[in-house]
Amino acid sequence: MGGDNLAQDQTATGGLSSIPALLTRNAKEFGGRPAYREKEFGIWQSWTWAETAEEIDALAMGLLALGIERGDQVAIIGRNRPSLYWSMVAAQKCGAVPVPLYQDSVAEEMEYVLDHCSARFVICGDQEQVDKVIEVKSRVPKIEHVIYVDKRGMRKYDHTHMNWFGDVQAEGRAGHSRLEPIMAERTAELDYDSTCVMLYTSGTTGRPKGVVLSNRNVVESAKNSAEFDNLGPGEDILAYLPMAWVGDFIFSLGQAYWTGFCVNCPESEDTMMTDLREIGPTYFFAPPRVFENLLTTVMIRMEDATRMKKALFDHFMKVARRVGPAILDGKEVSGGDKFRYWLGNLLVYGPLKNTLGFSRVRVGYTAGEAIGPEIFDFYRSLGINLKQLYGQTEATVFITVQPDGEVRPDTVGVPAPGVELKIGDNGEVYYRSPGTFVEYYNNPESTASTKDPEGWVATGDAGFIEPDTGHLRIIDRAKDVGKMADGSMFAPKYVENKLKFYPNILEAVVFGSGRDMCTAFINIDLNAVGNWAERNNISYASYQELAGHPQVMDMIQSHVEEVNASVAQDEMLSGCQIHRFLVLHKELDADDGEMTRTRKVRRNVITDKFGELVDALYSGKSEQYTETEVTYEDGRKGKITATLEIRDAKVVPTGGAQGIAAQ
Amino acid sequence: MNDMSPDSYVTPDGRTIGGVVMEMKNITLRFGGVVAIKDISFDIREGEIRAIIGPNGAGKSSMLNVISGFYVPQEGEVWFRGSRRPQMKPFEVAAQGIARTFQNIALFDGMSVLDNIMTGRLTMMKTGLFAQSFWFGRAEKEESYHREQVEKIIDFLEIQNIRKTPVGRLPYGLKKRVELARALAAEPKLLLLDEPMAGMNVEEKEDMSRFILDVNDEFGTTIALIEHDMGVVMDLSDRVVVMDYGKKIGDGTPDEVRNNQDVIDAYLGVSHD
Repeated sequence: MGGDNLAQDQTATGGLSSIPALLTRNAKEFGGRPAYREKEFGIWQSWTWAETAEEIDALAMGLLALGIERGDQVAIIGRNRPSLYWSMVAAQKCGAVPVPLYQDSVAEEMEYVLDHCSARFVICGDQEQVDKVIEVKSRVPKIEHVIYVDKRGMRKYDHTHMNWFGDVQAEGRAGHSRLEPIMAERTAELDYDSTCVMLYTSGTTGRPKGVVLSNRNVVESAKNSAEFDNLGPGEDILAYLPMAWVGDFIFSLGQAYWTGFCVNCPESEDTMMTDLREIGPTYFFAPPRVFENLLTTVMIRMEDATRMKKALFDHFMKVARRVGPAILDGKEVSGGDKFRYWLGNLLVYGPLKNTLGFSRVRVGYTAGEAIGPEIFDFYRSLGINLKQLYGQTEATVFITVQPDGEVRPDTVGVPAPGVELKIGDNGEVYYRSPGTFVEYYNNPESTASTKDPEGWVATGDAGFIEPDTGHLRIIDRAKDVGKMADGSMFAPKYVENKLKFYPNILEAVVFGSGRDMCTAFINIDLNAVGNWAERNNISYASYQELAGHPQVMDMIQSHVEEVNASVAQDEMLSGCQIHRFLVLHKELDADDGEMTRTRKVRRNVITDKFGELVDALYSGKSEQYTETEVTYEDGRKGKITATLEIRDAKVVPTGGAQGIAAQ
Repeated sequence: MNDMSPDSYVTPDGRTIGGVVMEMKNITLRFGGVVAIKDISFDIREGEIRAIIGPNGAGKSSMLNVISGFYVPQEGEVWFRGSRRPQMKPFEVAAQGIARTFQNIALFDGMSVLDNIMTGRLTMMKTGLFAQSFWFGRAEKEESYHREQVEKIIDFLEIQNIRKTPVGRLPYGLKKRVELARALAAEPKLLLLDEPMAGMNVEEKEDMSRFILDVNDEFGTTIALIEHDMGVVMDLSDRVVVMDYGKKIGDGTPDEVRNNQDVIDAYLGVSHD
């Protein structure tokens, strides 16, 4: 990068070109405001920005005393705690690179990453993490020092190359006059192009890759996104998502340091909901799963409420669903509706939001996977400004975001500030932005195949930009998108997600690539369908019997037909309507290799394993006998046999298939 | 800690086991015509984990009750910290630094976890009922101090998420943990655990084992426990007493006990291979 560029960049962010520089500014400007809170021993402990700066300096000097060099990698493993966030900044102040790792990964996974990033220092949250590091240490000889935060259980360990976090800080404080100038020198060397952090992608395909993000990536992304949502120093966020995930790094470090807001760390993983309620964040992020679980809890508790309360809830939720989103978007609604919503807010929405800990949420985001429209609308109708964003580690999170007032469940929004988008010939989404990653660490081949010389990065997702609104819609993983026999686009995940939004459907697998029509396997959700069966006096002895019950088949058929109607609305994907389906006699299971451990369907395995069922779907038969090998949880194998009914579902006729893939 | 004791030693995992803190000498306990314990002698050393095992009805719980002073044996002597222990009331036992948990959980179901654990510190509170009801002066400071100690135990046993939950709503495994927390709140020197792992699943057992080891390690608490699960006992304890029909049939390290023919016949069963 040339000097011109640098000068220009630094004016854009006011000369603040690194996280440590932002820390210095915050300590000066917001010195007395809280920077971190953590609940410990039942009380929220807090640290101001000035105190935070002191803690970080002490640690940085302690690391210098231990001999940390420029460019060293510092692995950081543990749950969200202020001390671990400080560790990241302290490493940067020493000219080293923080590498947060997923705390729940097993030792072997950790071994690969620790070895690949050649970490010299490892900072662990507690004994559990230290044990894993010790387990792999003999095979990862580069590890020199282990530092731990929680003293518990650590007394007996060999401390020749191990230190307690507090001792490292004490050493740093003691050597202040000697070490301070070295630290200041190293910190002063940081500029826009120095590495800010290295984050390992979760590695669903192959080995994890170390994504190198520069200060430019992080600071610019934080600045742009903070301005986009008007984030200020008064925000509170709850840091509970894995520290190794790019989102947490940007929210809890990038944006927090850019705007000077407060990061709150829960007491433990299990207290997250209580802590959420106590803190009442103003800015909140959660994957769809969290929102789904919360909604389920609310609904179950409402079922148990008194009839009066239930009636009140049902009535006002109906009002909210009708006018809530419009009011949130600032659109005009009638005076009567305004009053009804106000009353509902007084009686239902307000108390409900308070119970959930969402009273103060100004901006909420969900991302990672598709969220069910009903779930999304539920929160928005309560007046919670929940939005979707689309991003990835390589983009420093932000690719597209939904602006206020333009929020819809089926799109992921418009390009984030500074992001350029283009759609490739195969429908794949490409982006270029200030957040575009520098490289994959020690992996030039992957870097070259992901990022072209002009800086465009392939997302691996197929999608399209709506012509009239400019919103991006993600359809599926690019490699899963195919063509049907007539050339129209086939996007299985798009249809499967629509099916899975029904609580009765646990999994769906849609076939159709290269065929003349789409068909589907459905897995029922035993909890939901079992519950329904109980309420309707339907007796069943096994999963298989319930799955094959005619009334269950009817119910699933109606779901499939509703999905068909909704798919037909979409002119590009109307060919993906499901013509025939069957309900599988067993749950798709990772033990049988049908799914990955993260519960993603393995299409190829399923097509092979249930080949005769797929053939039956396309041969017009009305039932099919099948034998399937299953693996029990204790590893034994068995066989189950079944005769499955195959049904035809109604499809909505469309005006002929359109070949749109070559858009 | 009695480091000067001539027979103190260091375990392979680096813990120091001191001299004898409690000694049972020729204990015999009868309930009417039933002899629950017949002439048993053994000792408990400072800092060790001492297990008492045996089949059902072997007299294990009776033994624990003798140790805790709840039962007074008809014959024999209990020596605690170098002096013969007289007959005592429960609060006097507690004041000596002995705390226990029960086989059938004995918590206050309607009270929160926090309040239940706070009761463990009752013997240490000095302010009177009046001051506590109106929460002024010393009472306020005292409660804050005790609350802090209780919070440390809550943190130690990782039960922060149920701090305010009424005990009655908790599953069995967690109730057991709360009971352990209450016993720890009394800052015991000797902790008696009556079947701490009964009725638990494998994961709960592993958790509980870890907590028992951590308590012993972090606070140096001497622990005497009764347990059914042989695997757990053999992993946890430094020394094991084996009882059968009120008699002691074995005493020693887990390995010694495992190889003791009487124990194998009476309790572990004769090998079938």
